[in-house]
Formats: sequence, C-alpha cells, structure tokens
Amino acid sequence: MEIIEGKVFKIGDNINADYIIPARYLDLYEPEDLGRHALAGLGEEYPKMLKDYRVIVSGENLGLGSAREQAPNALKGVGIRAIVAKSFARIFYRNTLNVGLAAIECSEAAEALKHGEDVSIDLEKGIIRSRGRAYHFTSFSDQIMRLLNAGGMIPFLKRELKIND
Amino acid sequence: MGKTFAEKIFAKKANRTEISPGEIVTITPDVIMTLDADAEIIYRFKQLGPRKVWDPKRIVCFMDHYAPASTERAANVQKMVRDFIKEQGVEHFYDVGEGLSHVMMLEKGHILPGQFAVSTDSHAPSYGCVGAFSCGVGASDMLSIWTTGKLWFKLPESVKVTLSGKIPRGVYAKDIILRVIHHFTVKGCIYHCVEFFGEPIDSMNMSERLVLANLSVEMGVKASYVQVDELTYAFLNKHNKDYDPIFPDKDATYRKYFELNVTELDPMVACPHTVDNVKSISEVKGTEIHQALIGTCTSGQLEDFEIASKILRGKKIHPHVRLLIVPASRSIFAKAIELGYVQTLLSGGATFLTPGCGPCAGIHEGLLANGERCISTGNRNFIGRMGSQQSEIYLGSTATVTASALYGCLADPREFI
Repeated sequence: MEIIEGKVFKIGDNINADYIIPARYLDLYEPEDLGRHALAGLGEEYPKMLKDYRVIVSGENLGLGSAREQAPNALKGVGIRAIVAKSFARIFYRNTLNVGLAAIECSEAAEALKHGEDVSIDLEKGIIRSRGRAYHFTSFSDQIMRLLNAGGMIPFLKRELKIND
Repeated sequence: MGKTFAEKIFAKKANRTEISPGEIVTITPDVIMTLDADAEIIYRFKQLGPRKVWDPKRIVCFMDHYAPASTERAANVQKMVRDFIKEQGVEHFYDVGEGLSHVMMLEKGHILPGQFAVSTDSHAPSYGCVGAFSCGVGASDMLSIWTTGKLWFKLPESVKVTLSGKIPRGVYAKDIILRVIHHFTVKGCIYHCVEFFGEPIDSMNMSERLVLANLSVEMGVKASYVQVDELTYAFLNKHNKDYDPIFPDKDATYRKYFELNVTELDPMVACPHTVDNVKSISEVKGTEIHQALIGTCTSGQLEDFEIASKILRGKKIHPHVRLLIVPASRSIFAKAIELGYVQTLLSGGATFLTPGCGPCAGIHEGLLANGERCISTGNRNFIGRMGSQQSEIYLGSTATVTASALYGCLADPREFI
C-alpha cells in the first residue's frame, strides 16, 4: 500500500456509529451511496464538509455502539483513506480494517494533529508525518497488511476463493 | 492459576490448553445470528457468485429492525432476506411480528450455556445471560464465517462485577446496570469480557439477567457473562437440550473489579446524550416528557407487562404523553393478553407496536420531533437516535418509564410499587 496523504478532519471523543451513519441509511450498502451521508448524525452539513479531507483524526472510543459496517464504508465512500484515533470501539475497529481502511491507534498523533493540516502516513513503517514531526504507531501484522492491500475483506475473500469480478 | 470465563471458553473452542489475553486464535462459532438490518451480508454474499452458506443449521435469522417495513426500500431488503433464507435452506427464520432477535434467541432455545456465538447486531453480548460467549461482528466478518466457517478472535481481558445486598422496592436490573455503566463510563470496558456475580443475581429472573448482559455493551465490552445457576437450568429446561456450561474459577485474575451494594440504590436514569450520563431519579424528576417507550432489547417481557400494569391499573397516562409498548415477542404478547395486562394498559392509554425492535433505532416508527423528550427502556440515548437531532432520550426501567408516562414528566416509580 502506498503512502497515504491528505488533510486531517478532526472529530471528538465517543463519536458513535449512529453519528457516522444514522440508521435510516442502513438499507444502502455501497460506499459511494453511503458517503453522501457520512457523519450525517452530527449534522446534515457534514458529508459536504468532508469532501476535501482524507484522514479522520478522533479521540477515544471511536465508532462505539452499532455493529453497522456502513459506518466505515460511509467514510471510505466520501474519500477518507485512513482513520487515526486515541482508541477504537472493537467492532468498528474490525469493520474499518475489513472495508480496507487503515485504523490507526496513536494517542500522540490524535492529540497533536490539527484540523485541516496535511499528513502523510506510512503504514509499512508505522509513521505519521506532519509539519516536520513524526508520530510512531505499531505497524500492522502481515495478515492485516494483506487485508488492507487487497482493499478489504471482500476482495480478499474473492482472491482466496478464486472468484473473478 | 484460576481462569476467567473468556479464558476457559477460548481455550476450549480453539483446542488449546493454555491461552493468554491478547492472543489471536481461529474459532468456528456454534451459533450465528443475523437480522434484516444487516442484509448487507446477503448482498455481498451474492457478489461472490452462486454458492451455499457454510452451515445453514447454525444460522438464526430475524426480521426485527424493519418490522414491518415502512419504506419500499426496507420492504425490498426484507424480500431479499426471505428469498435468500429459502434458497439456502436456513430453517431457523423468524419473520415480521415474531419478536425481537435477542429475546427470541433465548425464548426458542437457540443459545445455550458454554456456546460461542456471533451476531451482526452489536448487542450480541446479551447471551452472556445464559453463560454463552457472544460478540458482535460486522458484515465482512460475518461473510467470512458464512463462506469459510471460521474467523479470528482475540482473547479479551476480563472485568469482574460483584453485586451484594438486597434489591430495594422499585429498583431493577436496569437501575443496577446503569449504576455500573456510570462507574466504568462508556469507554471503561472496551475489548473486555465482563462477568456478573452476587446474591442479588440469585433472585433475578432471566429477563433481568438479560438486561445486565445486554446493557454492558454500552461500556464497550466484547462479551459478558452472568453467573450460571439453578435459575439458568430451570429457564432452559423446557428446550430439553444438552449443554456444557463453563464456570470461571473463583481465583481467576481480572483486569478490573467493581463491587456494588445495591441495598440503598435509587432508580437511575441515563440522561442525554451518553449512556454513562447517569443520575438518580431524584435529581431529574419533574423533567417534562412527550413520549414514553416500553420495549426493545431490555423490556417488553412478561415481567415488564406486569410492572407497567400494576402502575397504570385504573389510571390514564398524561394527556400530553404517547406511551408506546413493544412486546418482545408474539408469545409474550399473547400471554400478556391472556393475563389481562394488555387490556389494563390499553385502557390506560398505551399504544401497541409490532413485536420487534420498535422505535429504538429510529428507523421506522415512533420517531421524535424537534424539542421532544422521550423516556425509554432502551439501551442507547445518542443524539438523533430516535428521530430529530433536537430531541432528547432518557433511559430507565419499565417502572420509571410507566410512572413518567402517568405524570407527563420523569417520575419516581417507588410510590406505585
């Protein structure tokens, strides 16, 4: 996976899965459809606001609540490429990796990074760089890197099961 | 050294003698639960081309989130589920009106002590109430199980909650668990398995134990466990099934401990907009409400009908309040009719909804308008969860909700009990 670059969109602590994608959109499945409603639970203006950003930076317990995989898929659909948080709720953490988005636990970066600043994330090396500073995180296991490189669980399974698109 | 419930069940299911928290193992779940709101799995499964699910006998499927469908899209989602169930030969299928998945899993004996279950609903840890290890997963993880029969799981660390004392009049499992969540906060038990023990649980029926297990999700747990005892066996007796319960060791080591004497506990209410924003009823009583909801995962059982009927008998709810009641299952509804509870509540001004999830997830009925306030027996009070972003949700016991419906404001149920 190449280096992920882009602007930071910052959100707070305990942003739950309902806020990321409200239940009224659970009958949508494709990232591009869901992306039009990303973070709509925080306000209908959010999906538009997110358009120019590539990295979500959040506080504690990101994605708590519902098991809906539409939550990370909505963020993926609006163009987010990686998510950095102080901590993740466990189902959201798995779902994020499963849709092929990097879920990075790094308190230092989550604290220091500012809304709108440009970052560069090296997943292989476990480094987030911004404004001349480097923040280190535990790099992913080979198994998770294979999942991310495949683009998520579904393309990964298709490859394993030898299914052609 | 003693072992926790999670350590024991992971070792058993992964065929290992020793296993430590943090280790990742591959497990084949005994039971797989899914429902209409997670039909994304079916949509994705179809993209893999024509194939059969790995073991249709282990799948239990429910139509409870959209029951019944209120939009054309939801109707089509449910149709897709029905067609798939038929095509794949899934026998354990409960259509619209049968009831709420978690309650039905217990009522129909689909989950037993010592089993390892996964569900695409985040309240999967509910089955800890009968001593099963059960955790929530997303669509892709479930897809992986449907195709390969297995998935990786990390052994969580555990938390021990020990209750003592005597549950006072007008106080229920809901008040106790809200007090526990207040202690740990909504992030206090992320990725842990929580175990509940103690004398007050000895006398709790299964509906109350379900409340403990279900609501512990709101402090971030992966799974939960409520002591398995004579009451558990009596509850499961009617299914006449064999099972192999797992008991944590008395000298097991836990990451966190919490001891709570419930003797002096007041009715508790979770205030907007997080489940750990818990106050005693005396701090919030008098707050005006517009809707009262009895139902969802942690109410709507026969015991709840009994409590609500006792409070409402011969009285009428406040004229500015809508009291919505969602029976947890069709058979509970039938029994509540037979016992006269439904008549009492109807006369008192209650409105009945289809057995299922009801308005809790804000999908299809009983939504809130701008500036409205609801007191609910549900488990989540996030902003906009039940409708308008400008509405508020309070969470409390069935008794607190009924007393509040009567007064038109948050009220202490103890004067009626």
